[in-house]
Amino acid sequence: MQIPAAFDYARADSVEHALELLEQHGPESRLIAGGHSLLPMMKLRLARPEWLVDINDLHELDFISEDAEVLRIGALTRHATLLESDVIARLFAIITDAEHVIADPVVRNRGTIGGSLCQADPAEDLSTVCHVLSAEVVIRGRSGERTLSMADLHRGPYETAVAQDEILTEIRLPVRPRFGSAYEKVERRVGDWAIVAAGAAVSLAGDGSIEQARVGLTAVGLDSGTVTRAEEALRGGRPSEELFVEAARLAGEDCSPDSDQRGPVDYKRHLADELTRRVLRRACRRAAEQGAEQTCRLP
Amino acid sequence: MQIAMTVNGEQVTRDAEPRVLLVHFIREVLGLTGTHTGCDTSNCGVCVVLMDGKPVKSCTVLAAMAAGHDVRTVEGLAKNGTLDPVQQGFMEEHGLQCGFCTPGMMLTARALLDSNPHPDDHQIREAISGQICRCTGYATIVRSVHWAANHAAEEVPG
Ligand SMILES: Cc1cc2nc3c(=O)[nH]c(=O)nc-3n(C[C@H](O)[C@H](O)[C@H](O)COP(=O)(O)OP(=O)(O)OC[C@H]3O[C@@H](n4cnc5c(N)ncnc54)[C@H](O)[C@@H]3O)c2cc1C
Ligand code: FES
Ligand code: FES
Repeated sequence: MQIPAAFDYARADSVEHALELLEQHGPESRLIAGGHSLLPMMKLRLARPEWLVDINDLHELDFISEDAEVLRIGALTRHATLLESDVIARLFAIITDAEHVIADPVVRNRGTIGGSLCQADPAEDLSTVCHVLSAEVVIRGRSGERTLSMADLHRGPYETAVAQDEILTEIRLPVRPRFGSAYEKVERRVGDWAIVAAGAAVSLAGDGSIEQARVGLTAVGLDSGTVTRAEEALRGGRPSEELFVEAARLAGEDCSPDSDQRGPVDYKRHLADELTRRVLRRACRRAAEQGAEQTCRLP
Repeated sequence: MQIAMTVNGEQVTRDAEPRVLLVHFIREVLGLTGTHTGCDTSNCGVCVVLMDGKPVKSCTVLAAMAAGHDVRTVEGLAKNGTLDPVQQGFMEEHGLQCGFCTPGMMLTARALLDSNPHPDDHQIREAISGQICRCTGYATIVRSVHWAANHAAEEVPG
């Protein structure tokens, strides 16, 4: 039977209160959100906090809010809420795509976006998604707030820039016109972590060429979060099968997967290549559709 | 610490260590052994209970985190001696063999039907996709949930 080692428990009723509790109980205190990464680690003694500060009552961090230029998502927003959100499906279909294949519906009732990003597991789907969407995260401490890019948030596997006495409060996603995004994952069985997954986001210029492109891969040892050479190859080009094939080839080359129980290196490279093609096709199609809708809405 | 929550409509308060998992609180502290424990690793779903109406894996929730919430276990499905349509459906359509996964499956089915009274095959399979059954091959579970959907209990006030 797996049970965590003994610890003390406190429940925060506001962000300020959570920060006070972290300060008061010192370096061995830790936040718990959905608990679906932390509790399994505590059962295995991979984590052994002396205090847990429960933030599940912080409804102020459970929101999705849209304004003209940015979509803000509260850190405590659950996977299930993201999956069901119409705003998200409309603006950032990549999140909806990913949420369909993150864990299973029961786990999704608990796990949060903030917990996912702070866990920084190399196979975390939402990390790739947020990299691809050029997300910024807001981190609050006792002395104030700072905003970081995903590249600055993630320092390596299981390592983030969030200090022990800080809390990630929200994720900000820039909203762009003629924008499309997509995610696809191959897993061994339903609910499992990715063998490999790919995400892409593109915005199209008025003439239909690719203005900006981001391509990200999950679980293949990509330090920078996205595949720079593939992105460069796409920029300025017209969406076409040849272009997708070339960008995907670069993505397959530039990742550095390890061979493990989920598959050998060559298979993972093959998946990185194939999945990149698929998400590029879908992201470009969605961008074109969104562009067409926006044009129709003009007077 | 003192942990107070509502379980199957009844307010309970018990003393338990903060590290006690909800599944052990339910089984060992409250003695409600209808909730099962299997993998311990959030994978099998035999420990599923409803928390505020939503299925959760109770091996991955602390009892302390459930404090103040409304928890429903398989013991809370039948009302006044009448089986929930989901329970009846599992009987009618042979939704169980050994019964190990059954409490969790039935609670997830209940939550699904509460939000979507007439799910199709795909929606049922999706809803139970985080729960493993080693006996039935799932087909009879899906049929059982359809049976329950087609025999929804008449709303009895109170
Ligand atoms: C069976 C199973 C399958 C899964 N499959 C997948 C999958 O396929 N893909 C995938 O991406 N994920 C998967 N997950 C992980 C799931 O998405 C988790 O919910 C997620 O990793 C962590 O979210 P959480 O809210 O549960 O975080 P917690 O476990 O509560 O916390 C994780 C870490 O983040 C810290 N933390 C949490 N919130 C904050 C905050 N607001 N500010 C600062 N620090 C914070 C905690 O201190 C802890 O260190 C799976 C999990 C399980 C149990
Ligand atoms: S015992 Fe909880 S999921 Fe298996
Ligand atoms: S009936 Fe035996 S595991 Fe489902």
